[in-house]
Amino acid sequence: MPNVWLGRIASVLLAGGLLFQYYDLLERSRLMHTVPYDDLYGSMSLFAWLFGITYLVLEIFHRQRSVGALVTILMIAWVGLLAWAAPVQSTTPPPARGALFALHVTLNTWSYAAFALSFVLSLVYLVQDALLRSRKLSTAFWRFPALDALDRMARSSVYLGLGLIAVGVPMGLVWAHRLNGTYSLGDPKVLVTAVILVVYVLYLRLSRNAQWRGSRAALLCALNFAVVLFSYTFVNFYLTRFHRFF
Amino acid sequence: MTTTVSNEKRNVVGRIQVALIGCNHRTASVELRERVSFTQQQALDAADELRKQGILEEAVVLSTCNRSELYGVPGEGGTALTEAMEEFFTSFHGLSRSDLNGTFYRWTGRDAILHLYRVAAGLDSMMLGEAEILGQLRTAYNQALEHGATGPVLNRVFQGALEVGKRVRAETEVGARPMSVALAGVKLAERVFGNLKGYVALIIGAGAVAEQVVEQLRSRGIGNLQVVNRSYERAADLAARMGGHAVQWELLEDVLSKPDVLITSAGGTGPVITRKMLERASAARGGRPVFVIDLGVPRNVDAAAAGLYNLYLYNIDDLGEIVEQNKKAREAEIPRVESIIAEHSAKFESWRATLEAGSIVDDLRERFHQQRQQLIEEKLKELPDVSPEERHRIARITEELIERVLHVPSERLRTGRGMRGRLGAVEALRHIFGLDEGKA
Repeated sequence: MPNVWLGRIASVLLAGGLLFQYYDLLERSRLMHTVPYDDLYGSMSLFAWLFGITYLVLEIFHRQRSVGALVTILMIAWVGLLAWAAPVQSTTPPPARGALFALHVTLNTWSYAAFALSFVLSLVYLVQDALLRSRKLSTAFWRFPALDALDRMARSSVYLGLGLIAVGVPMGLVWAHRLNGTYSLGDPKVLVTAVILVVYVLYLRLSRNAQWRGSRAALLCALNFAVVLFSYTFVNFYLTRFHRFF
Repeated sequence: MTTTVSNEKRNVVGRIQVALIGCNHRTASVELRERVSFTQQQALDAADELRKQGILEEAVVLSTCNRSELYGVPGEGGTALTEAMEEFFTSFHGLSRSDLNGTFYRWTGRDAILHLYRVAAGLDSMMLGEAEILGQLRTAYNQALEHGATGPVLNRVFQGALEVGKRVRAETEVGARPMSVALAGVKLAERVFGNLKGYVALIIGAGAVAEQVVEQLRSRGIGNLQVVNRSYERAADLAARMGGHAVQWELLEDVLSKPDVLITSAGGTGPVITRKMLERASAARGGRPVFVIDLGVPRNVDAAAAGLYNLYLYNIDDLGEIVEQNKKAREAEIPRVESIIAEHSAKFESWRATLEAGSIVDDLRERFHQQRQQLIEEKLKELPDVSPEERHRIARITEELIERVLHVPSERLRTGRGMRGRLGAVEALRHIFGLDEGKA
C-alpha cells in the first residue's frame, strides 16, 4: 500500500525545489531584464521549471501523485543535462523587447512544457496498456496510476498547453506587428505552431471517439510531441528569423 | 508441522528479559487454535492473572485466528519462566500439557523479539506480507497498554514491532501485490479504471471465486451490480445477498454493453460469450474500456475476444499465474524485510545494554559496600584502640576505594564500543561476581 505521508512529503519537496529554481530564474531575469529565453541554459531551466509547475497543478487537480517519481527523475535528468550541455553563460541582457514579448515567450514555453508532460503521461499509458495485455506485470506496473487517470491527466495537460499557446501566439503576433507593422504569419515558427494546434485539437477530439479512445489516442498524443520538438529545436535553429535566440 | 523450540539454554538470563510462548497456523491445528484463543476480555484477564501470580510483570496476549501468543516480562525471582507461562496458558483454557503435544513454541530474549518483529512484518503469516496482522497487533498492544498490563520493556518492544510493520509496508513490496485470484482480478480492474466507485459490474454465473470477486468490488464501492444466471432464482438469490439486480438469462446480450467489469463463472461446455457479442457491446458503449474476468472452466469467454480494442481479458489461469508471480515477488523481498527487523532488534538490544550497564554498576557497588562493611566490622573488632574519628576515616577511605575501583568499569560499560560487547561484559560481570545468585 502506498504511503500517503511519504507521497505528501515528496510533493512538498518537489514544490520546495521548484521554489528554489524560481528564485534562480528570478535572479537571472533581473540580470537580463527579461525572462530567460535568450540563452540555452536559461531557456532550458525555464522549461524544466514550467514542466514541474504543470505537473504539480495536475497532481493537485487529479489528486494523483503516482507519476511524481518518474516526473521528478525526468526533471533531475533534464537539469543534469542542462549542466552538462548548456553551461551557465554570461547573463548579458538581450535587446529590450518589452513585457508583451516576455509574456509571449513564457506562455509558449509553458505550453511546450505541458505538451511534454502529456507526452510522458501518454508513454506511461502505452507501457501500462502493453503490460496489462501481455500479463507480464512488473513491480512498476502496480505503482503507476490507472489507465483512466493517465488518460485524464494527459488530456488536462493538453488542454492547458492549448490554452496557453492560444493566448501566447496572438501576443507574439501583436508584438511583431508593433515592431514591423506586419503579423509575420508566414514565419515558419507560426506555421508549425498552427500545425501543433491542429494535431492537439485532433487528439482531443479523437480521444473521445469510440475507435480511438485509449491506447490509440495515447499513441497519437505521444507522436504529436514530435511536432513540438521539431518546432522547439529545428525550426528555432534553422528555419525562423524571429525565433533564433541562441 | 509441530515444533517445540526452547532456546532458554542458549540465552543467559539478563535483567531485562522478554519471553514468549504460543502457537500458530504452522504448529497447531485449527481445532487446537480455537481452544487456546482469547477473547478481548480474556486476554486482559489473563494478563491480570499472570501479574497477580507473579509470573510476569508485564504481559500482552496476541490472539488472532492464526495464532495465540503470550508475551511477557518476568517478575523478580521468576524461575523456569516459559514453563510457568505454559502452565498458566493450559490451566487458563482448561487443557492439560499433553493436549499441546509439542505444538507450542517458546522463545526468550532476542529470539522472542525477533519472532514478534517477524509477526508484525507479516513474515509469519499464512499469506506472506498480509497487512491485517499489524492492525491486530496494534489493537492487542493498545488494549494491554490502556489496561496497565504493559511496562517500559513491552512498551519498547511492541512500539518497535509496530514501527517494523509500518516500515516493511512502506519500504518493501512484501505486502504490495495481490495474493488471491479474486483480489488480483479486482486490482487489475483498478489498474484500468482507478477508483471503482460508480462503475458497473456484471456477474454471469455464481461460482465461489466469482462471489469473492464481487465482495471485493462491493468493498470498493462499485456503483451497480447486475447478476445473470441460467437459473433466475439463483441469480436473484445472489443479487439479494450482494445488493445487486438479477437479470434474466435471455437478456444477457442486452445488458452486456453496460458493465465496466464483467465477471463470468458459468458452467457449460463452451464459451457463453463470443467475440461478436463483445464487439457489439463495445460499440454500444462507445469504445469505453471493459475489464473481463473469466473464472469459468471451460472458459466462458471466447479467447479471441482478447484481441478486441479496449477490452482486457483475464482468465483463471492468467490470474493464477499473476498470484504466483506476486508470491515470488513477495518472497524476493524477504531479505529486505529481515534487514529492517535486524536493525530494530539491534536498537532494542542497544537500549537494553545501556540500561543493564547502569544497573550492574549499581549492583556491584551494593555488593562491594556490603563486603566492605562486613570486613571493617570484623577487623575493627581486633583493634579496640581505634578511635571513632579513625574509624570514620577508614570508612571514608574504603568507600572512596570502591568508587575508584568502579570508575573505569562503569565508564567502559557506558561508552564501550558495540552493543554486543557491552552486553557481553554485563553478562560476564554478573557471572564473575555472582550477581544473579539468589535472584534466579
